[in-house]
Parts: sequence; structure tokens; C-alpha cells
Amino acid sequence: MIPVKDTNKISGNDITPPSVYFNRRNFIRTGILAASAVATGVAYRKLNPVASGEVKTAKLEGVISAPAATNAASGFRVDEPETSFDDITHYNNFYEFSTDKEGVASAAIHFDTKGWQVSVEGLVNKPKVFSLDDLLKISPPEERIYRMRCVEGWSMVIPWAGYSLSKLLDAVEPTSAAKFVAFETLLDPKRMPGQRSDVLNWPYVEGLRMDEAMHPLAILASGIYGRSLPPQDGAPIRLVTPWKYGFKGIKSIVKIKLVADQPRTSWSEYAPNEYGFYANVNPHVDHPRWSQATEQRIGESGRRPTLMFNGYEEQVGHLYAGMDLRKNF
Amino acid sequence: MKENDIRFAKLLILVNGLVPLALLVWDQSHKQLGANPQNFLILTTGMMTLIFLMLTMAVTPLRKITGWNWLIQFRRMLGLYAFFYGCLHFLCFFSLDRGFSISSTLTEMVKRKYLIVGSTALILMIPLAITSTNAMIKRMGGKRWRALHRLAYMAAIAGVIHYYMQVKADVRQPLVFGAVLAVLLGWRFVQWQRSKTAPKPAHAVKQG
Repeated sequence: MIPVKDTNKISGNDITPPSVYFNRRNFIRTGILAASAVATGVAYRKLNPVASGEVKTAKLEGVISAPAATNAASGFRVDEPETSFDDITHYNNFYEFSTDKEGVASAAIHFDTKGWQVSVEGLVNKPKVFSLDDLLKISPPEERIYRMRCVEGWSMVIPWAGYSLSKLLDAVEPTSAAKFVAFETLLDPKRMPGQRSDVLNWPYVEGLRMDEAMHPLAILASGIYGRSLPPQDGAPIRLVTPWKYGFKGIKSIVKIKLVADQPRTSWSEYAPNEYGFYANVNPHVDHPRWSQATEQRIGESGRRPTLMFNGYEEQVGHLYAGMDLRKNF
Repeated sequence: MKENDIRFAKLLILVNGLVPLALLVWDQSHKQLGANPQNFLILTTGMMTLIFLMLTMAVTPLRKITGWNWLIQFRRMLGLYAFFYGCLHFLCFFSLDRGFSISSTLTEMVKRKYLIVGSTALILMIPLAITSTNAMIKRMGGKRWRALHRLAYMAAIAGVIHYYMQVKADVRQPLVFGAVLAVLLGWRFVQWQRSKTAPKPAHAVKQG
């Protein structure tokens, strides 16, 4: 007989030893573990993107810097560390673009302000539709370093560039019947995607009493840090009233109308018990849902006490003499 | 699923549950939590609490619908993760927002009703975490244990209301959580209605 080699028989040497088998399984499992952790990490990053992206806007020409000595009393220059440009341009409440403060910058990145016009009308002798250039020519931009206190309990120090609103109002000559100033933001859901949802009643509107509007601290700002305003901060022109909560500082203004009666304002219309017409910063009057006694200064750890009229009491306190600020919050 | 596979699957959940925390710590140490890191930490840990609460409550419906009974093995870890992130959420608020001050935490609570609702949610989860061990289940007996652990529903409801109350205007995200919660609770309600009306098989086992 010729011995035939049985090729089907598996010799002991051919069987994968258990140690290798288990190692292979462990190897695969480690792979699955790592892959799943990476997938979770990627999902987390998608939901919480790291805010970045340099903001570059044109340099503003001829900004008059706020001289320190003379401005202590005027309130034009607050002597506190300025909030970084990066934070000012990546932490914005601008619901026209996004309700996510960290998402406004990217949502507004393509906002184009070419051909911008601002209509100044109502109870004035010289109503006019200004081109942006004409509007900016009324007075050279001045540097104003103001505190900015948001009603949500955080704050910044922002070096604005702009001029007092009173200069524009003087130019159009309000009649004696004008008691309030009403402001309106651009309404264009194509360019402002946030306006496609009805989270607020668009367009955004704000208002000031005449004496508030004429106060030198109230400015029309066209820049920050010596550059023109990026879209997320209210390009091309916005209101800044440093003694009031931030939402009074209406952005991307297209209409300013002088009126006889107190105009409606967006947030007080949305929740009248939470947001008033005056909205003066006041640590003694709490928001119905939270305390206003302290604030989180962006860039600092821990909270700091909030100041009456945001630290501008000396300058604006007289405007509200005799008023019950609990009622007129 | 084999015992060995279950252990691996648990490891998967354990590791993945830590990923958000690891990224929070990483981003914090690289100063890339945005302009308001305090707020971001508080918000994100709160969000993770709600997500894990929803995942925990999804186990039983999923298991019943798919017949994958092994899913039940992951419920405890998911629930404990909800409690873990809930504790972190409170700690972030207590330290970063209130500067470790008990008195300011309490006065703030009185003013901000949603803090009371949120604390209620967290407090409700404490007995659930304590009684989450096998020994405790045995000691309490399945029926009583399941009854106690229905508090998870209350915690989830309170958690979603807590989130809804503190949102300024854009309530879409809390509403999404609310919708998911409504589905998970609705499914349970329907099951409960059916179990009341349908004749029960002799060996029927009730499951929370």
C-alpha cells in the first residue's frame, strides 16, 4: 500500500493558538472602542464647534482717540481692561442671524452692506435718506471705551468708534413735537437668516426718549478697535447706549424716526414683564427670573458687582430724577 | 449576546460617556471654550445630563420593541452617567457662577425658580443612584425597586422644564427634549393602558 497523505487533516500546528485568537479579538475590539470614541468626539465637535475665524474689516480713517484725562467725567473712556477683539466678535446677541451667541459670527460672515441707506424721518424739519457715507460724514468717529452690560448677566468693555447721536438729530432738526426716537433694523430674511424664524416680531425695533437720545454718551457706532463694524456687531451702523442693557443698542439700523409717543420696542413687546422700555442697568431691580446684582465680565473668572446705570450714574442719573425705576425698569 | 460581549459593550458606553467630559477639559485647558467658558461648561454639562436621562429612558421601549433583552444591561450605566453629569452641572454652577458661596447659591435659587426645578431633578436622582447596585435591588425587591425608580420620570420632566424656563426666547432645543420625553413617557402610558385592559398571560413580568 502506498501511504496517502491525508491533506484534510489539520495538524495541531495549523490551529490558531488561543492567545493569538484572543489577541486578534482584542485588537479588533480596541479598534472598535477607539473608532466609537472618535465618532462621539466628532459628533460633539459638530455640536460644539471651536469658535474661530479671523475677523477682518476695513480700518477706519481718522478716529479721534478718547483722551484719558478729560474723559473721566464725561464717561467717554472707562479705565478697565478692554475685552479682546476676538471675544467681542464671537459672542454676540444678534437674533437676525442666530440665537446662538457663538454662532452669530459665522452666520453673518457674508452679510453685505453695500449701498446701505438710513432714512431719518418723522417729526423733523429736514428729513433725509442718508447714504452710509453721508451719514458717517456728519461727524468724525470718536473712540469711546464703554462698558457693555447684557441683560443676561455678562459684560464687556468695548472700544467703539462713533459719534453722538445728537449730532445726527441736530442735522435733521427735530420739531418741538418730537418726544421720542424710534429705530428700526433692516428687514431682509434673505440676508438675515434668523428673520425666517418668528422668535421675535421682525424687524427689530428700539426707542429712546428725546433727552436720552440727545445725551452725549448715546452714540451711533460704526466701528470697534479702530476698524469698521463686523456684521455680527451690527454693521454698518448701530446704536450704543452704555448705561442701558445691551439689547437697547439696536444694530444694522435702516430707519430713525422722530415721534411724539413712546415707540414700541422688540423685547418689551416679546415679554413686557421681563424687559422694559427704559432698560437702564440697575443692580437693585432684578429681572423677574434672575438677579441683576452681579455680572460675568467676559475674560474674567468670578462675577463682579453690577454698577447703577452701568457705572454712568454721574452722567445720566439726572435724566431719571423722580422716576420710580422699579416701575420704569 | 455573550457575557463577554456585554462586558465589551459596557466598556464602549463607559468610554464614550467620558468623551464629552474629556473634550470639555481639553478645550478648557486650551482656552477654546469660547468667550464665556463658565456658561459653556454649565450649559454643556446640563445638556449631557438631559441626553443621558433620555438614553436611560429609551432602553426599556427599545428593548420591548426590538426584543433585544440584553439592552437592559446598559441602563444602569446610562442612568449613572446622567447623575454624574448632573452633579458636574451643579458643581460648575456652584463654583464658577456662585464662587462656592452657599448663601449666594440659596438667594439666587429663591430668585430663579428654574434653579429650584433643576435642583429637584438632581435631588430626585440621588436615591436612584444610591439604589442602583445589584445588592440594593435584591434588598429592596424588584417591585419596590421599580416603583422607586419611576422617580426617573419625574427627574427627566423637571430637567426639561428647568431647561425650558431659563431659555430667553429661542425654545427650540428644550422643545426637542420635551418631544423626545413625551414619546418615551407616552409609550409607557400606552403599555400601561394595555396591560390594564388586555388579559395577562400567567407568567407576565412587568418591566419599568
